[in-house]
Amino acid sequence: MATGQTFDIVVVGAGPAGLAAAIEAAKRGARTLVVDENNKPGGQLFKQIHKFFGSHEHRAGVRGYDIGRQLLDEAAKCGVEVWLDAVVHGLFDSRLAVLHAGRQVTVQAGRIILATGASENAVAFPGSTLPGVMGAGAIQTMINVHRVLPGKRFVMLGSGNVGLIVCYQLMQAGAEVLAVVEAMPSIGGYGVHAAKIRRAGVPILVGTTISRVVGQGKVEAVVLATLGPDGRIDPQSERTLAADTVGLAVGLTPLTELAWMAGCEFFFSPKLGGHLPLHDENMLTSLPYLYVAGDITGVEEASTAMEEGRLAGIAAAESLGLVEAAAAATDKAAVRQRIDVLRSGPFGEGRRLAKAEILQQQALRSGQGGESWKA
Amino acid sequence: MRVEKHPVLGDREVGRLVTISVDGAEIEAVEGEPIAAALLAQGMIVMRRTPRFGEPRGVFCGIGRCTDCAMTVDGVPNVRTCVTPVKAGMVITSNLKGGGE
Repeated sequence: MATGQTFDIVVVGAGPAGLAAAIEAAKRGARTLVVDENNKPGGQLFKQIHKFFGSHEHRAGVRGYDIGRQLLDEAAKCGVEVWLDAVVHGLFDSRLAVLHAGRQVTVQAGRIILATGASENAVAFPGSTLPGVMGAGAIQTMINVHRVLPGKRFVMLGSGNVGLIVCYQLMQAGAEVLAVVEAMPSIGGYGVHAAKIRRAGVPILVGTTISRVVGQGKVEAVVLATLGPDGRIDPQSERTLAADTVGLAVGLTPLTELAWMAGCEFFFSPKLGGHLPLHDENMLTSLPYLYVAGDITGVEEASTAMEEGRLAGIAAAESLGLVEAAAAATDKAAVRQRIDVLRSGPFGEGRRLAKAEILQQQALRSGQGGESWKA
Repeated sequence: MRVEKHPVLGDREVGRLVTISVDGAEIEAVEGEPIAAALLAQGMIVMRRTPRFGEPRGVFCGIGRCTDCAMTVDGVPNVRTCVTPVKAGMVITSNLKGGGE
């Protein structure tokens, strides 16, 4: 075991939330470390080759990988230390056990910010374990980051933004997309993304699901079926597409293992992806040294993740006495205002309400003498 | 298949090409890319078979969590090929017979 090192703030996860958190903390004088298990920083930003939405201050119109580069440059300028190939496998209060490039290291943190992100959901159907059935995000990484097409003819399950965007990017990479399949009666994602792939001739089949995938040792065909009013597959409606790859875009689940290990309080939010650490308006969990930001606090998108990261970074630095309360309050108010804008509109409404429920629950539990909530 | 041309990303920048061995076959790979990417580029999509029933498995999550892409790399079993970078001369085997992984 290597000797321990000490940092004011340790951020777990070098994606949009973690990098934004580290930048804000370091700017305020915190000695800041970011650890990430991958051998490249940026989380999922570098596979996002589409232009972001939102307003100018959310860097709308800028592509994900450019935002990733900007964050890395800024983090380097602020003196943030970044460890890659560094897996946090243990939390002992504010001490972290890290396997860094094959070596065991312990790190003592003043504050910890968990920005571990989310992982893709799977869905089971006959044949779903065959090679050629992949997460939509895995396909996106292969085509946009590694420049490899994992197949030629694709079917996508799920018409949320991930499913729609990955279909468009598959076509940009030269693949054929046979269909998007959606069990719900309407398309899940933004109309603008749906329109782009429909214009390219890809049908989006709502009220439809994958009945099974067949093939000898790999995907050779996908059998689709219509769902009846009772939600069951109508066997008469089955038809077959000659696809060699199936993408699953059926939502994400927050990666919460470290938060469970730390022992903070949790809340179940179906809308935001499942069990997530309960947190207050400063992104503080029920443990006084533990903050959270990004998809671990409920699955949204990169723009909100960055803003939540900023909030956590400012609040954590403030709690260490590195900034005046008044200055921190002004900075946090500006971030919260931008978050409200990102959660406005018909698509943001559900997330806004689900997030408000978390804060209500937190206020309730801390008001009831929840053991360690500190203002 | 490699994505050589791209309307947004431009032409593929080819890194340093190296040779790796997969189940005895020599294949070309880009140094530093995940082993799984090098295999998929060659159309090799079966990474392993399950120990009990010998069912084929391939890349599923691509982020090192599901372990469906695990192979034996330079004698080390159960290496997640989707998050392990290619190095020149790597010897990779797939346990394709199943059993005793």
